[in-house]
Formats: sequence, structure tokens, C-alpha cells
Amino acid sequence: MSSNSFSYNEQSGGGEATELGQEATSTISPSGAFGLFSSDLKKNEDLKQMLESNKDSAKLDAMKRIVGMIAKGKNASELFPAVVKNVASKNIEIKKLVYVYLVRYAEEQQDLALLSISTFQRALKDPNQLIRASALRVLSSIRVPIIVPIMMLAIKEASADLSPYVRKNAAHAIQKLYSLDPEQKEMLIEVIEKLLKDKSTLVAGSVVMAFEEVCPDRIDLIHKNYRKLCNLLVDVEEWGQVVIIHMLTRYARTQFVSPWKEGDELEDNEKNFYESDDDQKEKTDKRKKPYTMDPDHRLLIRNTKPLLQSRNAAVVMAVAQLYWHISPKSEAGIISKSLVRLLRSNREVQYIVLQNIATMSIQRKGMFEPYLKSFYVRSTDPTMIKTLKLEILTNLANEANISTLLREFQTYVKSQDKQFAAATIQTIGRCATNIVEVTDTCLNGLVCLLSNRDEIVVAESVVVIKKLLQMQPVQHGEIIKHMAKLLDSITVPVARASILWLIGENCERVPKIAPDVLRKMAKSFTSEDDLVKLQILNLGAKLYLTNSKQTKLLTQYILNLGKYDQNYDIRDRTRFIRQLIVPNEKSGALSKYAKKIFLAQKPAPLLESPFKDRDHFQLGTLSHTLNIKATGYLELSNWPEVAPDPSVRNVEVIELAKEWTPAGKAKQENSAKKFYSESEEEEDSSDSSSDSESESGSESGEQGESGEEGDSNEDSSEDSSSEQDSESGRESGLENKRTAKRNSKAKGKSDSEDGEKENEKSKTSDSSNAESSSIEDSSSDSESESESESESESRKVTQVSTPVFVPTKTHVLLHRMSGKGLAAHYFFPRQPCIFGDKMVSIQITLNNTTDQKIENIHIGEKKLPIGLKMHVFNPIDSLEPEGSITVSMGIDFCDSTQTASFQLCTKDDCFSVNIQPPVGELLLPVAMSEKDFKKEQGMLTGMNETSAVIIAAPQNFTPSVIFQKVVNIANVGAVPSGQDNINRFAAKTVHSGSLMLVTVELKEGSTAQLIINTEKTVIGSVLLRELKPVLSQG
Amino acid sequence: MIHSLFLINCSGDIFLEKHWKSVVSQSVCDYFFEAQEKAADVENVPPVISTPHHYLISIYRDKLFFVSVIQTEVPPLFVIEFLHRVADTFQDYFGECSEAAIKDNVVIVYELLEEMLDNGFPLATESNILKELIKPPTILRSVVNSITGSSNVGDTLPTGQLSNIPWRRAGVKYTNNEAYFDVVEEIDAIIDKSGSTVFAEIQGVIDACIKLSGMPDLSLSFMNPRLLDDVSFHPCIRFKRWESERILSFIPPDGNFRLISYRVSSQNLVAIPVYVKHSISFKENSSCGRFDITIGPKQNMGKTIEGITVTVHMPKVVLNMNLTTTQGSYTFDPVTKVLTWDVGKITPQKLPSLKGLVNLQSGAPKPEENPSLNIQFKIQQLAISGLKVNRLDMYGEKYKPFKGVKYVTKAGKFQVRT
Repeated sequence: MSSNSFSYNEQSGGGEATELGQEATSTISPSGAFGLFSSDLKKNEDLKQMLESNKDSAKLDAMKRIVGMIAKGKNASELFPAVVKNVASKNIEIKKLVYVYLVRYAEEQQDLALLSISTFQRALKDPNQLIRASALRVLSSIRVPIIVPIMMLAIKEASADLSPYVRKNAAHAIQKLYSLDPEQKEMLIEVIEKLLKDKSTLVAGSVVMAFEEVCPDRIDLIHKNYRKLCNLLVDVEEWGQVVIIHMLTRYARTQFVSPWKEGDELEDNEKNFYESDDDQKEKTDKRKKPYTMDPDHRLLIRNTKPLLQSRNAAVVMAVAQLYWHISPKSEAGIISKSLVRLLRSNREVQYIVLQNIATMSIQRKGMFEPYLKSFYVRSTDPTMIKTLKLEILTNLANEANISTLLREFQTYVKSQDKQFAAATIQTIGRCATNIVEVTDTCLNGLVCLLSNRDEIVVAESVVVIKKLLQMQPVQHGEIIKHMAKLLDSITVPVARASILWLIGENCERVPKIAPDVLRKMAKSFTSEDDLVKLQILNLGAKLYLTNSKQTKLLTQYILNLGKYDQNYDIRDRTRFIRQLIVPNEKSGALSKYAKKIFLAQKPAPLLESPFKDRDHFQLGTLSHTLNIKATGYLELSNWPEVAPDPSVRNVEVIELAKEWTPAGKAKQENSAKKFYSESEEEEDSSDSSSDSESESGSESGEQGESGEEGDSNEDSSEDSSSEQDSESGRESGLENKRTAKRNSKAKGKSDSEDGEKENEKSKTSDSSNAESSSIEDSSSDSESESESESESESRKVTQVSTPVFVPTKTHVLLHRMSGKGLAAHYFFPRQPCIFGDKMVSIQITLNNTTDQKIENIHIGEKKLPIGLKMHVFNPIDSLEPEGSITVSMGIDFCDSTQTASFQLCTKDDCFSVNIQPPVGELLLPVAMSEKDFKKEQGMLTGMNETSAVIIAAPQNFTPSVIFQKVVNIANVGAVPSGQDNINRFAAKTVHSGSLMLVTVELKEGSTAQLIINTEKTVIGSVLLRELKPVLSQG
Repeated sequence: MIHSLFLINCSGDIFLEKHWKSVVSQSVCDYFFEAQEKAADVENVPPVISTPHHYLISIYRDKLFFVSVIQTEVPPLFVIEFLHRVADTFQDYFGECSEAAIKDNVVIVYELLEEMLDNGFPLATESNILKELIKPPTILRSVVNSITGSSNVGDTLPTGQLSNIPWRRAGVKYTNNEAYFDVVEEIDAIIDKSGSTVFAEIQGVIDACIKLSGMPDLSLSFMNPRLLDDVSFHPCIRFKRWESERILSFIPPDGNFRLISYRVSSQNLVAIPVYVKHSISFKENSSCGRFDITIGPKQNMGKTIEGITVTVHMPKVVLNMNLTTTQGSYTFDPVTKVLTWDVGKITPQKLPSLKGLVNLQSGAPKPEENPSLNIQFKIQQLAISGLKVNRLDMYGEKYKPFKGVKYVTKAGKFQVRT
């Protein structure tokens, strides 16, 4: 198809001819247009030549002109072949402009666009993250269906990229691919799931955007990331914040129970809402059992609050709607101040904000009452802003402020902006009906307006007075008489019709005037507006029924006029009335009831706010603004009766990592507010090292078991940690009561420390001074227990120590989709391998996700690079459905990051899998003293040293943060340091035992020097490359 | 989210279009023109318009319409705020956000738009980052570029994108290190006929111009932070620090930016620095009226009030005005019916006044309401709320910066009803 259209374009001038036609019509003189066009053709010819030239400057010039054409909306597609050749240009600006061109026209020239794909594929592998990112951006923006698989692959790869910037672009690409080919949904959801776990603030906003577009209904993907998102929110860029807040609002409405007391709903609709709040509360409290808010619900509300102070109006509005929709009503008050602040902004922002305030102020007046004066109208406001302000003022009016408001309204009524003046009159009418005390005052005021010089004002007043009088069928003869007189002067049809209707309704109260009015109207009937004619007919009918003596002839005359009117409505009405009121033989039983029909008591119209029905839309949305459901609008669900299981949001131990990655801010928050359950607090303070302790404490025999625990404690992190705490606590209690007592500050903390000491003892036989183990110092950061006492001299330099931190990050070995239900994950327990001291130990967890037994799981053919060795696990006879089993194996990677490929076999199938170790896992931690470290470092300079400068915020450079970041990436041991600004880590490679020394030295400002000394320079530089972004990111 | 963007000038020409997803035809703008026609003036064009297949969200800035095309639900403020950010960026790059400037720099505009939005979702909107990606045009650079053929596109990823200080570029170097803060307060007020205040409040901003090398960490404290009732912050400010200590602590972006904007708590009575005596009357059944206004200082705290301008939108029936003034000069535009009186400084000895006759269209009814007066003024070296900066400290860098604070009070939306 696409090739057809292309060749057609080329061979026939048809396309060009039509284009010519367009050009011609758009200009004034056709001959001039022709000339213009031909020169245009030439110009393109000459652009082509420029693009073919060797000089970059000529090409750049040509591209600039082409972009100019695109910008103006002119068609430049015929240059495609010439432009696409330059996609591989070395000049970065030419390249960028070619990208612009490609994205614009690739859809039209699909075949030619394919020529450029290989360039992007190459660029996707570029070491420069900017180039990788932009290649992905352009590749995914080319809307050519053929390349969907290539895009998919690129997205998958980019989503695992080390650079968060590339990952962010991957998140954007997801949406593009989805709109190009919705069939990729399942695969894309997998990528989204993966990216949602990303801890970078850069990625968070974009991936949530992708989530909203691709699979907004998969709320289950959010559970595990909910707390992380809440905590990251403050640091996400402003646009991401808006998207995340909207998503979390929807999430909260499905996962938490309503924080609104039942009484609230009623209270809102009551008119006298502002009665003392406390009363209401007491009442509701008495009859309801106390409601406790889910801590996660509270977390969201609390973490969004600072964003009310954002400079970005969209963020403020997003938070405001979140508070409106999910916070307890007593807390929503804080948003009003921020919303009022936005009113200082430009008119578009004002418009949207005022609309939202209008909706809010209907339901909860109290919120905006203190800001009443902020809604006063200025004569310079645009009309649309004025009317919105007026709307809000009306909603806020009550007995207390109505007199002030009415005075204000008086000014508005006189406004030169007549449309606004008319709206004000409507408003006064509404106030009059809502607040009984002022009805008479308002009515009098409106009557005064009847003598206004401006017709629009008078007409509007008449209409409003009509409504008011209808509501109060008391004696208002005087007003009606006055209005009857107005008929002589007023010309606005609505007003005339209103007066006539009013006289008709009250014809018995003004018996003298009514027939006279009818007489006058009969005279002018033919020249009246249709609307008025109908009312004349009505008036006639009513008078005929009540006062037929005087008006019989008049009415008949009018009915005759009506019979031959041009408008069918009027003819129709005439016929209807005649049948009903004029008795004849044909008229049925109805005419007996004519009086009842015409002069029935009519219900008064309700003067309501036009914003009344908007509240079913989520505030701040496009749908709310337009008051129609926009495409893609996601309904906000009602609160569930019973909250779904809150434990789904619990995250495994990896959650700990979150505590320190977003740096200072998150940490401060946590210490300030006790939100997490006790046990989690404990975990925070014990800095996660406790987990590893329990494992190492129990030496090799129990390894498998403890590893499994760390891996599979999905149910709740609290459980496992408390278990570990108690375990280590017990041990220390037995052997080391003295230290336990001395150290018992926070229980959990001291417990884990003791556990560590236990390990130390078992390893280093001679440490009588248990408190001063080096690891303890570094892991429980500020514990200032004399390192001077440490007896490091007695240790051997390369003494392997226990790992200080074991990341629980698992890697997918075999996905259940590709493994026919068999899923395998692996992770590095960071233990010395029991199968051989040159091997890295690896634990593999196998899951059976099918509903049948999987039998004979074993490792089949191994395809190992030269030198690599592997110790396989014993074959597993069978794995029950839903069952899982963890096995250990060891691989000697020869200190390289080569991939170990092998086959994982079951009875029936073989799956090729591979393990590529992160460089940090090829190490074993080493305990050494600062002195030894310096000595060793002195011997590993020159070629063996690599270094880099990192830049990050100061809060990222606290020793504990650096420590956590480093040990998360690499299995290294900390070396006690005498200087605050230098952090040292030591390790040796597993295979050759070469030392690997890492130094992070903080410099002035927000920079730091990262130095790695090792004989294994390759591993050293790879490690440097991995550590650098981690340390510099927040 | 944002599908396409059209830039439209006052006469209704679409002079630039940019699409982030597939191309949307220009004809979609017809709906916009329709709405524009319906609205009496540009100010009243609704910002959100619904069309059969798209939604149009537009802003009006500097005589240009920025019309964006949306296809699915999106918070409208998100788009509005973004469009304003685009206009701000143009302003920042070209010194003005006008049709001519945009047309002259169409390539840079395109490159900017490409970087600011990816697939309709904002990518880089911080001026510091953008300036590293795409260098702003200068005369010198354009000359050099044309000779050497080099480009104004940066080839490295701005470090800001990756660090958690995305607003500051790396490697900033100045020979003179300076930090200036302008505390600008505006009085919004409505004064009624009798001279009493209907509504008054003080809104302030602190604009900063920071030219400091390296990665300075600043903290700014006030003598009386309690005055600030409601504050909005630049993202660089550490919110926690403000909450606990009422100190503004931040690593600033490089260059000019708005640090905070604030509102002074409404409990404090606002001192109104000027008063106006006015008598405007139109005679019934005659084609003229009298106009007489006098302006004088009040509660000016010993500072001179300067830059006074009075703007009056006269009723439509006014044909012309014959006035004499004791100070400054006045103009009356018979088309827009706007009277502008440029007063200048007030000296209490001799109060400036403007009086004379108003010619009305004969036969037309006399205007219902007297026009209200919009007043502009400026008071240097004074923050009317009394807000005072206490000190500015810098951490993280060694050098001694030059610091300065300037206070200005201005009239905001200051209106006198007559």
C-alpha cells in the first residue's frame, strides 16, 4: 500500500497539480501565484542541490529553510529522499533538523523512512546517553507500522539502560508505540511494570503517564510502588507531579475507605451549613464508630501538602483536587488559600481556577468565605472572569454577608459591560430566593432598576422579578401595575413576554389593567415577536376564562389573528386554545377544566447555579471545564465500602533501599513523622544490615534457608525483620550481656549490632574488644565508638569479611511466559561459594506457575566462554503447582562480566538462559584498617587507578548515603576512616583475589572524587562507570 | 497530551505550526476563529474550546494566540501552564515574544519546541537546561556560526537533567560573583466612591539575579517572616527548611528567576499610599460633562511616589475630552476611549490635577456609571508590608559574593470607583 502511494506520487504530477491549485486560490492574483509556485519549485530544486553538496554549511542552510517551510505548514515532502540521506550526518545540528523532518514526514513516505532505521539502531548503542536517548525518541516517533518490532526491542533495551534519562525516553516511547499498534499492549505493560519500579525521579512522571495512557485500569501495578511514588513525589519534576497526583487520586478512591463522615454529605447540602462545625462533629461521632485512616492514605495526603506551594498552577490545582476528593473534609480547607493565590495569575489560569472554585463553593461554602473579597470584580476583568466571580459570590452569599454583597452588586449593575450587568441582576435574583431575609430588599432594588435607561438591564430585571413574584404569590399589585406600564416602552421580547405572563397569572388581582393590556396587545399583535405572540394568546385565554364579559371579543380577534400567523407554533397554539376555551359541540370534557388547566398553581422555578451539575466530574479535568465527558476521561470511582487488602502495598526488603536513595528529604520526613509501623521504623534505623547479619551469623549450613527467606518474604517485610532481630538478639543475650546492656539505646538497633559483633568474634578470633569492630562503625553510621581501639593490625590484610549489605534485587533468569509456566529468578547472596572459592554463589528460585507438576528440572547443555566454570544444582525431581524452590549454584566468572549461558531443562522442554553478573558481584568484601588501605592504595597507582568527579546535592554526600549507595552496587567492605569527608571501601575479586579499593572523597560544594585502585583495570573501570551515576543521582 | 501547537497573530494568520504526534490539519483552527469572532474582544476568547474531534486550549500572550490541540482528557491547567512556559522561554531567548522574533528564529523555535515536549509530554522546561541544549542567539554567535558553520546545538547532555538539581547548569564561572534580590510588592485595591477601601491586599515577589560560580548553597532569612501568609516557591527551595525555620535555603539556578511569590496576611491593614479626589459628571440632555480629578499622597512613609499614571476607560458615548493639567501630560484615544494621564512624581506642596470638559455624542443617553480610575505608581526603597531581608549566607563555595537587596512597591490592580 505504502509503496503504491509513493510511486504514484513520483510518476504523476497529479499531486503537484492539486497543490498548485491550492496555492493559487490562496493568493490574490492567479498569475502571480503561478509565478510564485514555479519559483517555489526551483527553490526546492536548489534545496536539493544544497543537500547533496559536501559542505556542512550548505546542508545546514538548506535544512534550516526546510524547517522554516515545515513551520509555516508548507509541504516539503518531495525533498524526503534528499533529506533522509543526511540522517547520518556528523554535524549534530544538521542531524537534529533531519530528525525534525523525519518525524514530520516519515508517516507519508514509509518506504524511504526505512532507510534511516539502521542509523538509529546504531545510535541506540552509542556510549553517549544523549545520543541513545534522541535515537530512541526519533525512532519511536516515526509512525511506520513495519518497524514496530524494532521499536519494541529498542524500548525493552532502553528500559534497562543505566541512564535514567534514556529510561525516561523509553517511558515516552511506550505511549508512542501503543498509539501506533495497540496490539503490543501486553508487552508494553510488562515494560511499564518494570519502569514503575524505577527509583529515579526522572522516570517516575513519564512512566506514570505511560501507565495512564496504556493501562489505567491495571491498578494492581501501582500497589507495590505506591509508597515509593508518594515519597518521591516532592522531587519529581513539576509535570510529572501533576500526572502522578491525578493517578494517585484515582488509586486512593479505589483502595481506601471514605474518610468522610456520613453526616457530612447531608451537611453539605443543607443551606445553613455554616452552623457550628463542632456540633455536627459531636453528633456524628456519637453515632459512628471511630474511623481510622489507612496510614497509606495519610501518607499521600501528607506528602502532597508541600506541593500546594508550587509555582506551577497545574500542580497546585492537582493537589487541590486530591484534597477535595480524598482528604477528610475538615482538612480540605487548606487548599482554598492556595487556589485564591492562583487568581493573581493570567486570565486563562484564573478562568480554570474560578470554575473549579465555583463547583467547590456550591458544596462547601465555608471553605472560601474568608476570601470573599478576593472575588470582587474589577472593571478591567474580562467578562468571562467577571461572570465566574459573580457566580462564586452568589454561592458564598449568606445572611451575614449579603448586605455587603448587595452593595457591591449595586456597583456591578451600573457597569458599562451590559452582559455583566445582566448577569448581576440574575445573581441578585438568586440571592433573593436563597436568603429569605433580603427578598424584599432585592425585589425593591430590582424594581428600581426597571426605570433604568438601559434596555438590557430592564429586560433582565423584568425576567428576574417575574421569577421572584412567582415564588411569592403575595400581593404585589403595585409592581405588576408598574410593569404593565413598562409594556409601552420596553421592546426586548423576553421582557415583554414575561410581563404578559405575569399579568395573565395575576389577572384577577389587577382586574382593571389586564383587559386594557390585552387591548393594546391586540393592536400590535402582528408586529410582535413570536415569543410575545404566544404570551398574548395565553393572556387572552386566561382573561377569557376569568373575565369573559369584557374580553370575549378581544380574545376572539386575537385568536383569529393567530389562526393565520406565519409561525406554525402560533397557529397550533391558537387552535389548541380555541378548542379548549370556546365552548362548541365538538369540545369534549376537557373544556370544563379549562380554568384549572390555565390558571393552575405553577411551581416556582428554581434559581440554581449553572455549576450545580458539574460536581460529578473530577475537579481540574478537561471534562469538568467543558462540562462534557471528554475522550479518555477516567471516572473517579466511589469509595469502596470495605477497604481492599492494604498489605498489597507492602514491599519486600528492597523497600529499604528507598529509604536512602531519595536522599535527605525522604529521610527527614520519616524521622519527623512516625508514619510507618513501628517495626519498619526499626528497620530504618538498623540500616538494613541486620538482614545480612542473621544470614552470616548462621554460617554455611543454613545459607540456603536464610537466602530463601530474604528472597521470598513477600508477605511482609516487618515479619522477617523482627524475626531476625529476635534471633540475633537471643544470641547476643547468651554470650554478650555486658555489651548488650551498654549498648541498649534503641532495642532493635543494639540487637543487630550485637549480632554483628557475634560474627566478628567468630571470624577474628582475637577480638576481645568486641564493640569496636570496623564493620559496625561503618554500618551504623554515626555510632562513634572508638575506632582507635580497633586491633586491625592483628588481621591479615585480605581477610574476607561478611557482606555488609545484601541487595535483594532479583534478576529474571527465565520468564514464566517464555518458560511455559516455569519461572526462574536469581540473585547474588554475596556469600563465599561453598562449591569452590573462585566461584560466585548464585541462588536461583524456581516457581511453578502452571497448574501441573513440573518434573525433573535440571541444567542441560552449558555454553560457557573459555575459562568459565559452573557448579550446577542437583536436579529437582518435581515442583508442585504454585510451588517454589530455591537452589544454589556457583559460577566462576574468571573476574569478567562474560555471560554464562546454559540450558534450564524440564522433563519436556529445554530453555536457554543466561546469567551476566553485575561487576559489583564479582567481589568479596575485605576488612582492613585505614593504614593498610593507604599502604595498598599507594602500591596501586598509575595505570591501576581510575577516577572520576561526581556532582550531586550535598544531602547525597552524607557518609551513610554514600555507604548505602556503594554497597548496593558492589559487594565491598567498609574501611573505617579518620576523616569525615573520605569514605573507603575494600574488596577483592573472587577469582584472582586482586584487591579492589574504592575511595569517595568529598570536595567542596557538591562535588566528590571517586577513585578506584585495582590491578584488574577492566573491572575497575566498569565499576567506576556503574558507581558514578548512582552516586550522582538523587 | 499536547498534540499540536499553532501560533496565530492578531489578524488571524497561522504563522507557525508544530506537531508532536501525527499531523493535525490547520483547519482545526477554524473553530478557534469562530469562537474568537463570537467573543467581543481577545480577552474574552474562552481558553478551552471543544470541537468534534479535538479540544483546543489557548492562551493569549503579547498579542499572540498559542493554540494547542488536545485529543484526550488532560488537566487544562497543565496545558495552559505549559504554553505560558513556552512563551516565557521565547521571551527569555529572543528578548521578546513577538511574531517577528519567532519568525526570525524559526529554527531555534523549532528546536526548542522539540526539546520541551516529547510525544506531547513536557521533557525539559527549565531555562538552565534548555540553554545548555540550545544556545540562545546572539549577534556574535550568529556571525561566528555563519562563518565557521558551527551550530548552536549543544552536544552533551546537560548535567542538570541527571542530577537532582535540574534547575542549575554545571560549571558556572563568573569573575564577579553577584547575587541580587528584588523585593517587589504590589498593592491590589478597590477604593469606593467615598474614598474608603473596599478591598486591599499586598502581593509580593522576590526576583533574583544570581551570578555565582560553582554550586553555591544560599540561605536567605527575613527579619519578619511571619508577615508572609501564603508563599509559593521556585522548585529549588527546600520546603522543610522553610517549614521549620522560616529560612529560604536553596541552590539557585543560574541567572534571573523568581524565587518566591507571596501574599501578606490579610490581618495587617494595608497602607494606601495615594488618594484621589474626583468629580465626574455628565449632564442630562446635553452633550457635555465635567471631569475633575486630583491626586495626592497619603501614608507614603517619607518616600516619594513616582511613576504615577492614571488610566480611565471612558464610556462609549464620550467623543472627546478637553482637559488641562497642572502636571504631566494626558492623551485621549477617541477610538478605544481610553484616557491616560501620565503624572510622574507627586510633591505634596502642589497636588497634580486634571480637569476640563467632556464632549458626548449628542442625543445619546448619558452614561449610567462613572468610569473607574486605574492607577499605577511606584515607590522605590520601600516594601509597603514592612518585609525586610535579614541576611544572605552562602555555603559550599569559598569566594565572597557581592550581595544586594532592592525594595520596590508598586500599584497592582489598583482601582478607584467613581
